[in-house]
Amino acid sequence: MADFPAVKLHVVSGKGGTGKTTVAAGLALALAAGGRQVLLTEVEARQGIAQLFDAPPLPYEERRVAVARGGGEVYALAIDPEQALLEYLEQFYNLRRAGSMLKRLGAIDFATTIAPGLRDVLLTGKVMEAATRERRGGGRIYDAVVLDAPPTGRIAKFLNVNTEVAALTKMGPVRNQANSVMTLLQSAKTAVHLVTMLEEMPVQETVDGIAELIATGLRPGAVIVNMMREPLMPDDSVADTAAGKVDTDEIARGLKAASLDGDPATVSALAAELSDHARRVMLERQELATLSALDRPMYELPYIADATELSGLQEIADRLQSAGMV
Amino acid sequence: MTTPTSTPPASLDVDALLRDAQIIVCCGAGGVGKTTTAAALGVRAAEQGRSVCVLTIDPARRLAQSMGLTELDNTPRAVSGIDTSAGGRLDAMMLDMKRTFDDIVVAHSDEARAKAILANPFYVSLSSSFAGTQEYMAMEKLGQLKAKGTWDLIVVDTPPSRSALDFLDAPQRLGRFLDGRMIRLLTAPARAGGRAYLKVFAVGVKMFTDVLNRLLGAQALRDLSLFVTSLETMFGGFRERADQTYKLLKERGTSFLVVAVPERDALREAAYFVERLETERMPLAGVVLNRVHMSGAPALSVERSIAAAETLEGDGDEAYAAAALRVHADRLASAIRDARRASQFHAAHPRVRMAEVTAQASDVHDLEGLRRIGAELAAETPTAA
Repeated sequence: MADFPAVKLHVVSGKGGTGKTTVAAGLALALAAGGRQVLLTEVEARQGIAQLFDAPPLPYEERRVAVARGGGEVYALAIDPEQALLEYLEQFYNLRRAGSMLKRLGAIDFATTIAPGLRDVLLTGKVMEAATRERRGGGRIYDAVVLDAPPTGRIAKFLNVNTEVAALTKMGPVRNQANSVMTLLQSAKTAVHLVTMLEEMPVQETVDGIAELIATGLRPGAVIVNMMREPLMPDDSVADTAAGKVDTDEIARGLKAASLDGDPATVSALAAELSDHARRVMLERQELATLSALDRPMYELPYIADATELSGLQEIADRLQSAGMV
Repeated sequence: MTTPTSTPPASLDVDALLRDAQIIVCCGAGGVGKTTTAAALGVRAAEQGRSVCVLTIDPARRLAQSMGLTELDNTPRAVSGIDTSAGGRLDAMMLDMKRTFDDIVVAHSDEARAKAILANPFYVSLSSSFAGTQEYMAMEKLGQLKAKGTWDLIVVDTPPSRSALDFLDAPQRLGRFLDGRMIRLLTAPARAGGRAYLKVFAVGVKMFTDVLNRLLGAQALRDLSLFVTSLETMFGGFRERADQTYKLLKERGTSFLVVAVPERDALREAAYFVERLETERMPLAGVVLNRVHMSGAPALSVERSIAAAETLEGDGDEAYAAAALRVHADRLASAIRDARRASQFHAAHPRVRMAEVTAQASDVHDLEGLRRIGAELAAETPTAA
């Protein structure tokens, strides 16, 4: 059973370095499995999706980047605020000529850079457009849309377009657009998932991020713990070893049993390494407990050496699926 | 501790740097431990007798707490717990970019005008979220601190930019933006000389304001026009300021430290940065490599450790020793990989001096931890505990 059956728009955030783009792509593959159509979008001009799928830089156009198990398809779109504004002017106001002239003057760049909140409304507005397309309108209809969103530290502010735009304008079409974006983002059709690793800073940011999302009226979705590593030592000896009580006799005996040279220097070097490892395992357990206390659906992904290859993405998709996320 | 290295890179004399430099700029990709390095250098220099100020941008909460940085008041505060017996001191501050920007506004306009600008939504947006404002304000603050003349040494940590190069380019990018075509266009009616000039641009401006009016309404248009006119009167010298800070970075007494970790992306960024500093003739002191794995028993190879672990795993009594061997194999493999990456970097940049800091089992968040890192940076032999 899927844990998020009503969700149409999956927003994926995470601290830099936690692998949020990889997880977003894996989630898109999982959602597409069995013949569904999924759009994977990015908004930070990083071209992370293209790199991941080994494709040339994505234009402002929905391109198919992968085929999922069972025939589903993943399309990708890199949303650019300038293009989104031009499209917006064209579609709603028939201002095509004005748009291209304004672009030449640098006005489009100026407006998307400086007008408070405008950039974010344009980006989220385009995501909303893709997520809410209907049969008779133009464009491909998607079963789900995944957004590779800005990092956890900025996610609540990025999605809170209403408040941001309020400083700019109290009325008019941009304001209305912000309202409808906000309505979708706060509805049960949207979930904001946070990717993290079992390290102090990413976990702290996840805790803070969830609090900020809730304060903004947004719905935190899952916590995805990425790049987990199995402890290499027996469970019952972790605590003592971490506290520095390393059984050096046992290490020396083992080295001898394996007919290795167990001189004191080697034994104490191995003991120090084992103790470091045990401390790490303890820290990871502590971080895992902190995350569990958040009481969100939580999925664990192991460290995958080739996570950025298609096979690695497929493995992430399979794991998210079998863990019940989709 | 030792680790197999084919060509050990020339080591960076950190203590000499801390003794002679007036400004040390720590730069590098995000997440490589720049702030920790800057803090560790500050602590060490202060305890060796210099009067030091550390300017940090976005420290982890517990690291900030360890330096007493609990409030964002944009002013250096004394760090307590520093050994001042050598006559030094340590102050630290966290950059508040908006406040730094606000201060410039207040300093360059009368009260009523400043009030209007500070409340202007376009200004608020520029001062709090323009990509590059943080970098620009960090340099502005560095210039202010230097001008005070209070400290022998200022250690500055650069913002966590998407690319390490942003920090060199941002001040000029902001200057260019504020000096840009659209701004000139919008301010044109106020300073237009010839009629022809006015006529050509009037069409564009009218179109822009019409579209804006339709999309945002009249109030937003009034806000924009106030913003633009205040730019005209008070930020005219923006580019000039950017040039000044840029010059400060080239002065004698300024040194750059590129911070990296032995991972492909971080080293690639470090290489770009090293090359860029060379092109700009900026003084590079060297590269600090954080999170380097080391093993105390390099002679016991990865293969033999794994084979032995496999043998022992068959025997239930030896699980502990087998674990120790597995952990060792894992650690040594990381150490070998890190050493290879470091020597590849060294081969490509033979003249660049390097200092290494071993991977810590947990994050550093106290002065003792910073001292330990400082000692390691200075390649001091660790004293037996």
